[in-house]
Amino acid sequence: MTLAQFFTTHWLGHLIVMVAQCLAIVVPLLVAVAYMTYADRKIWAAIQLRRGPNVVGPFGLLQPFADGLKLVLKETIVPSGANKVLFVLAPMITFITALIAWAVVPFDDGWVVADINVGILYLFAISSLGVYGIMIAGWASNSKYAFLGALRSAAQMVSYEVSIGFVLITVLLCAGSLNLSAIVKAQEGGFWSWYWLPLFPMFIVFFISALAETNRTPFDLPMSEAELVAGFHTEYSAMTFGLFFLGEYANMILLSGMGAVLFLGGWYSPLPFAPFTWIPGVVWFALKIAVLLFVFSWTKGTVPRYRYDQLMRLGWKVFLPFSLLWVALTAAAIQLFGWGPG
Amino acid sequence: MAFLDRTARTFLLSEIVAGFVLTLKYIFKPKVTVNYPFEKGPLSPRFRGEHALRRYSNGEERCIACKLCEAICPALAITIEAEPRADGSRRTTRYDIDMTKCIYCGYCQESCPVDAIVEGPNFEFSTETREELMYDKEKLLANGDRWEAEIAANLAAEAPYR
Repeated sequence: MTLAQFFTTHWLGHLIVMVAQCLAIVVPLLVAVAYMTYADRKIWAAIQLRRGPNVVGPFGLLQPFADGLKLVLKETIVPSGANKVLFVLAPMITFITALIAWAVVPFDDGWVVADINVGILYLFAISSLGVYGIMIAGWASNSKYAFLGALRSAAQMVSYEVSIGFVLITVLLCAGSLNLSAIVKAQEGGFWSWYWLPLFPMFIVFFISALAETNRTPFDLPMSEAELVAGFHTEYSAMTFGLFFLGEYANMILLSGMGAVLFLGGWYSPLPFAPFTWIPGVVWFALKIAVLLFVFSWTKGTVPRYRYDQLMRLGWKVFLPFSLLWVALTAAAIQLFGWGPG
Repeated sequence: MAFLDRTARTFLLSEIVAGFVLTLKYIFKPKVTVNYPFEKGPLSPRFRGEHALRRYSNGEERCIACKLCEAICPALAITIEAEPRADGSRRTTRYDIDMTKCIYCGYCQESCPVDAIVEGPNFEFSTETREELMYDKEKLLANGDRWEAEIAANLAAEAPYR
């Protein structure tokens, strides 16, 4: 048996390839998460005319690892009133759902672990599952702050998933496929042929809903410090908290990746000619994610937090009708003018 | 018309966009933070920091054990014991300051007739244990030796106002 045969036919070969693929995604992802926390802090600091972390390592570049080490070394406290099994399970759910969604994200042409034909539905389903981690955490903590935070979070995520769903529908109406690679390929060309331009209002709705999905400002009510101490993760410490933190940032990167795939042409370079096409697609994809993540941090440095009723009003009375209208308009335009996929 | 105006503003996100532009401008402004501990802000000569017991230039300690500082200390942080030395001069055998009690009011240095106890410019004397903050005479004299140049300069600068 040759080596190629071993990796394609033997079960052990399959297993090795699968584990290698998982590591090839998870390790860069975790490094990205670590440096996202660093970039976040630097950007907020810059907006507030501060310096941000600059002591640990050159320019503070080792700060995320120092923080991670601190979280690992600290004591995990499980409150005596908590449901111990669920209490420990909740951060794992949050973290794992944030990671497994990456299986269907195409990093480059053909660079995707599971090229399934309902990739967008899988992504949508997995990002919705993340809310279970938060709800279980809030319930299992047996603390009023955590419980209120979890209630808010559940209501908020459910509300904004509705408008994200409609955004996805407009995109797949235009692309004519649920496969993420096919959606990217439908946007082939320079930045003017990506979907952000024809679907600009939906791009904005998607981004704002993504902020709400990831519990970022101005939608960070589930962990609003001024009211709920720290929301659903009030009772968490050490690595159980660390997993929530990692999951939250991995989710942010995931939704940015989703935005890049759906609206910013995935791995295509913004100018479709040399020398820009010499740069590999995965670099362009990473750059697009980075731009969206910058806007995430920038938003946090700019806007204050919504009041709870304002949040619900925006979700149900503005975004829902607005995105529904755009679904109808897009569908009508495709049907009447024949703009859609063949 | 006002309704149209307001609705257009809401849907075009003009206010939010203006806010974003503002924060983007701030990103590129110079930082106002002092890069402590690599650079430090200015201190007044009247700054009341860590205590020190001073000496005369011939090495003789200034303190004459009058106990005025002990008497005036509102936090009862100072403990002094004294007896005559072999040469007949009155000196302290014990001069303790409990730095965990001290409120840095500066009354001790105000009351001192010989400028022996002073609060120097040092504010970075945190310790890892509580016990290390129970200063004794030896520690205070060492502080005096260490900070004498700064303390003398500060006292000279303040002399016209005392």
